[in-house]
Amino acid sequence: MNLNFDDIPDDPSLPMPILPGHVSAGRLERVLRAGAFAVTSEMDPPDSANPEEVFARARIFDGYVDAINATDGAGAHCHMSSVAVSALLIRAGYAPIMQIACRDKNRIAIQGDILGGAAMGVCNMLCLTGDGVQAGDHPQAKPVFDLDCMSLLEIARMLRDEHRFQSGRKITSPPRVFFGAVENPLAVPREWRPHRLAKKVAAGAEFIQTQYCFEIPPLREFMNRVEDLGLLDKVFILIGVGPLRSAKSALWMRSHVPGVHIPDAVIQRLAGAEDQQAEGRKLCVELIQEIREIKGVSGVHVMAYYQQEAVAEVIERSGMLQGRVPWYPGIRTQRQPK
Amino acid sequence: MYAVRRWSVRHARGLEWAYRWFERTVSALDPVWRRIGYARLEKPVAGVERTIKGFLFDCQMCGQCVLGSTGMSCPMNCPKTLRNGPCGGVRVDGCCEVKPEMRCVWVEAFAGSARICGGQARLRTVQASVDWRLRGRSAWLAQARDLAKGPQ
Repeated sequence: MNLNFDDIPDDPSLPMPILPGHVSAGRLERVLRAGAFAVTSEMDPPDSANPEEVFARARIFDGYVDAINATDGAGAHCHMSSVAVSALLIRAGYAPIMQIACRDKNRIAIQGDILGGAAMGVCNMLCLTGDGVQAGDHPQAKPVFDLDCMSLLEIARMLRDEHRFQSGRKITSPPRVFFGAVENPLAVPREWRPHRLAKKVAAGAEFIQTQYCFEIPPLREFMNRVEDLGLLDKVFILIGVGPLRSAKSALWMRSHVPGVHIPDAVIQRLAGAEDQQAEGRKLCVELIQEIREIKGVSGVHVMAYYQQEAVAEVIERSGMLQGRVPWYPGIRTQRQPK
Repeated sequence: MYAVRRWSVRHARGLEWAYRWFERTVSALDPVWRRIGYARLEKPVAGVERTIKGFLFDCQMCGQCVLGSTGMSCPMNCPKTLRNGPCGGVRVDGCCEVKPEMRCVWVEAFAGSARICGGQARLRTVQASVDWRLRGRSAWLAQARDLAKGPQ
């Protein structure tokens, strides 16, 4: 399949045609359905009202990622909203994955955001529960959790495929969106995780991005169980990876970021290294190379908080793109002979 | 009470059986309830239900009980009120992300449902989102009315 996206209009903020069998007009869906190894990453959301900060942070990923996650109050901290970040990215021609967390909004607000995001041109949305408010900078806030991620997926699919709100009221034009969900393969109860994934697929998830996976054997076991459940044909799975800055920051993440499991061996390896940051990146490259070989893995989701510049480096060094250059808004001018 | 709640999960098998028997009895008495009037019964029955289920399961009176599908571990005790399985934040020791002193209600549900015949299969069905209008109302009476009405 042609992944050069020749059918992108001259103004890249306008939608592409929706291919037969596709649910969205997005590039991420095309890359995944074409069978290419996809790469997504996450933007550090600005604590600012300046759109230039969004554009500057997106440009760091140029030529390395297929889509950029716009987080929704990541870690229960206040930031620019995911709808706004996504809309700005669309305006600049990028492919955002708009995250929707159940923590801060009830079903009335969420359904409005799905329609609103889709109207702005967002093609990918990620439905998640969200960290508890205790993890963030406003622990005194009221946790909403009107829906859980499962009912959120069901409602999202209802909007798109049945053209109605949960209430049953009809909508005139459905959101053409590729819906995803998250999973944490290494969290307890581990034997239950593949079944939870199956539930998410049944509820409407078409792609999955996972939490960080720093341990390969249990991940392999998880993927085997997912295959046994017959899910590999139904969902694209992107495994979460990322460079660790140092042993100290790894320890901090393990104790402060909900759901992140970092084995002692990894921390010891970092602590024993002369240049811990370089070792963290090397480890990430090795993990990507191992993950790429696991059956059923469709790509990786690279998370590098406040070291976005490391994303390109680990992707480059892992060789996972095999010469493919993911499309980005400036690619056409780059390609033209000087 | 937390200790009783955990005891209930350990005895999920017996409790689930008793619960089903109780449900059938309450439903069979539908003509009696209708005679007295469901509306009139709502307050006293909800009060009894709150006391019993509150003691056994730390019931939060969501009014749409799914205990039989969650290994007798009440999902409304989850700080995120998740009704479809654990979030990704469960700690390595099986405790809650938000309340580290509490076992994750879904880790408990998983253990409880293993004790119930067919419990794990029930855990895999997707539960509908909560109808917050039913909060504080009796799930027993709602169930009795639904069962008496028969399949729609």
